[in-house]
Amino acid sequence: MITIKNLHASVEGKEILRGINLEIKAGEVHAIMGPNGSGKSTLSSVLAGREDYEVTEGEVTFNGKDLLEMAAEDRAREGLFLAFQYPVEIPGVSNINFLKTAINEIRHYKGQEAIPAKDFLSLVKEKQKLVELDGKLTNRSVNEGFSGGEKKRNEIFQMAVLEPKLAILDETDSGLDIDALKIVANGVNALKNEHNAFVVITHYQRLLDYIVPDFVHILYNGKIVKSGTKELAMELEAKGYDEIKKQFETVT
Amino acid sequence: MIAEKSHTAQDIINKISATASKVGFIKNDILTNALMQIENKGIPNNRHEDYKYCNMDAVLKREFKSIEQKFTEVKNINSYKLADTITLVVVNGNYSVNLSDKVGLKGLHINSFSNLDSLAKEKIASIAKVNTDSFIALNTVFCSNGFHLKVEKNTALQTPIHIIYVSSAESEAIVNSRNLIELEENAQAIIIERQVVIGKGKIFTNFLSEKFVAQNAKLDSYLLQNEGLLGYSVNTNQVQIESNSVYHNTTVTLNGAVVRNNHHVVLSGKNSEANLNGLFSSKGTQLIDNHTLMDHQVPNCESNELYKGIINDKSTGVFNGKIFVRKDAQKTNAYQSSKNILLSDDAIINTKPQLEIYADDVKCSHGTSTGKIDENALFYLNTRGIGKESARRLLLNSFAKEVIDRIELESLREEITKLFEN
Repeated sequence: MITIKNLHASVEGKEILRGINLEIKAGEVHAIMGPNGSGKSTLSSVLAGREDYEVTEGEVTFNGKDLLEMAAEDRAREGLFLAFQYPVEIPGVSNINFLKTAINEIRHYKGQEAIPAKDFLSLVKEKQKLVELDGKLTNRSVNEGFSGGEKKRNEIFQMAVLEPKLAILDETDSGLDIDALKIVANGVNALKNEHNAFVVITHYQRLLDYIVPDFVHILYNGKIVKSGTKELAMELEAKGYDEIKKQFETVT
Repeated sequence: MIAEKSHTAQDIINKISATASKVGFIKNDILTNALMQIENKGIPNNRHEDYKYCNMDAVLKREFKSIEQKFTEVKNINSYKLADTITLVVVNGNYSVNLSDKVGLKGLHINSFSNLDSLAKEKIASIAKVNTDSFIALNTVFCSNGFHLKVEKNTALQTPIHIIYVSSAESEAIVNSRNLIELEENAQAIIIERQVVIGKGKIFTNFLSEKFVAQNAKLDSYLLQNEGLLGYSVNTNQVQIESNSVYHNTTVTLNGAVVRNNHHVVLSGKNSEANLNGLFSSKGTQLIDNHTLMDHQVPNCESNELYKGIINDKSTGVFNGKIFVRKDAQKTNAYQSSKNILLSDDAIINTKPQLEIYADDVKCSHGTSTGKIDENALFYLNTRGIGKESARRLLLNSFAKEVIDRIELESLREEITKLFEN
């Protein structure tokens, strides 16, 4: 699905990613954990195509194509999705109009006709149920006045509608109470299949009780310093990040 | 300086005198004052505080060197028509009976200036004072055969009136277009004014409208400006509203080389309400300058203003909104907001809110904001597969929507949305 080789990236001249290597196959769920400032969000932004970040070295292949060469919108059209840690409020653009535009631009890219209005509405209804998103919210402006939990559910709702091949969830659990967390996790689990893959970026192990990862990676100082299975997350939860910090402090 | 100023004005007068219609309906003393204003003040340049960002003297000198007044006929205006409205047409400043719909509505009177009654003659030039602005003076001396529209007492017009001002000339020309609109007591009307320039020559339109809204009357008015690059204009709307009346205006400026709007509302009767909304979009080297004045003369009135601008390329936008609360105008509520988006590094916006308050028991506020298009929002849209151009469009449309949504008339709202999105 995606192969990341020796990825280095910096922002305003400061190097944040210092050689990431990661391979994700269809059907897998990967968790990336790490202390604050380790580069987790930078990694998701670089993969999604935020232009503030400069890739200085390395390559990323997404379904056989050079991901780093593509504009953000083309990455999305090719099946990459980023659930934002801080979803953006867009006053005046209705959720429904936004989603329809997104679907149709993706379909256009693939050489498909625009989605018929009826199909679109039933798709929206179906996916709303999945994340228990209030129907009223879809008619409101994108994320405007949404609570923290509603914003996160809206991200998962969009993911459900767009059905990406690879979804990156950037600290989707932050600011969620346990009920909202379960709803988000249920949404992800319902969408999971052998053709898609998920990257769950999180600070805490809590979310991983509900979305069980196949692999867990620990990111520190811009590098993956340790990889393992879900037990690694448990271990981290028990011991905290201090040990990791001590062990890899000298790694630059 | 005076000599230099007068020179442009004199030049224009010389060129248009021969072809201007002899206005028979303006009193001699007003005409004399108008000529004196032009003689003494000339065409305003950027040393004139009110024209600081809109040097009309320089614009006219530069763009209108050889005014020829060779107008061309306009035969078809169908593409500008709006569904379910009465169409009135003014060609090169003259009211066209032929192109206008035949109106047989009870309580609605439309007359060209050549057929004015004595009551209307009293009203003309009574609120647009010739000594306040040289363009008002110039229009008063040289105005063409415009029209007087009157909605009689207790008449609520069910059908909106759509006035199309279309100008067309072979080469550089000046049009002094004018109208007089009256809503008598307890009357209601929706009036849409649209300005277009066709033909080959650049046209400077010096437009003037005097609008009277009597007690308990309600006027919903719209001004849609889409003149294109041949269009240069100064548009004066001088409005007076009486007690318990309501005046709404939405001015949408989509295109025009130089567009200067002077929108002045005098709230002269208690419990009246005035709302001015504006949306403008400029590109290239265009200049769009909106000047508003809310003159609160009496107590218990309310005014609201919302102007939004999208300024692209090397164009310039101006919003200068003045709220004047006179000593007697206690319990005034006056609000004003100006929001702008700059789309390029070379685009310029000048915003200037001016509050002059002489009463002590009032609520007045103003706010202005200018920013670039929200990069975070753009990126968010991009990550959902929405391309750069569509994303930009979505964001600009959402910015404009706040003003467009206030347009109650559906056919017009759709027309403006369509024009704006193109």
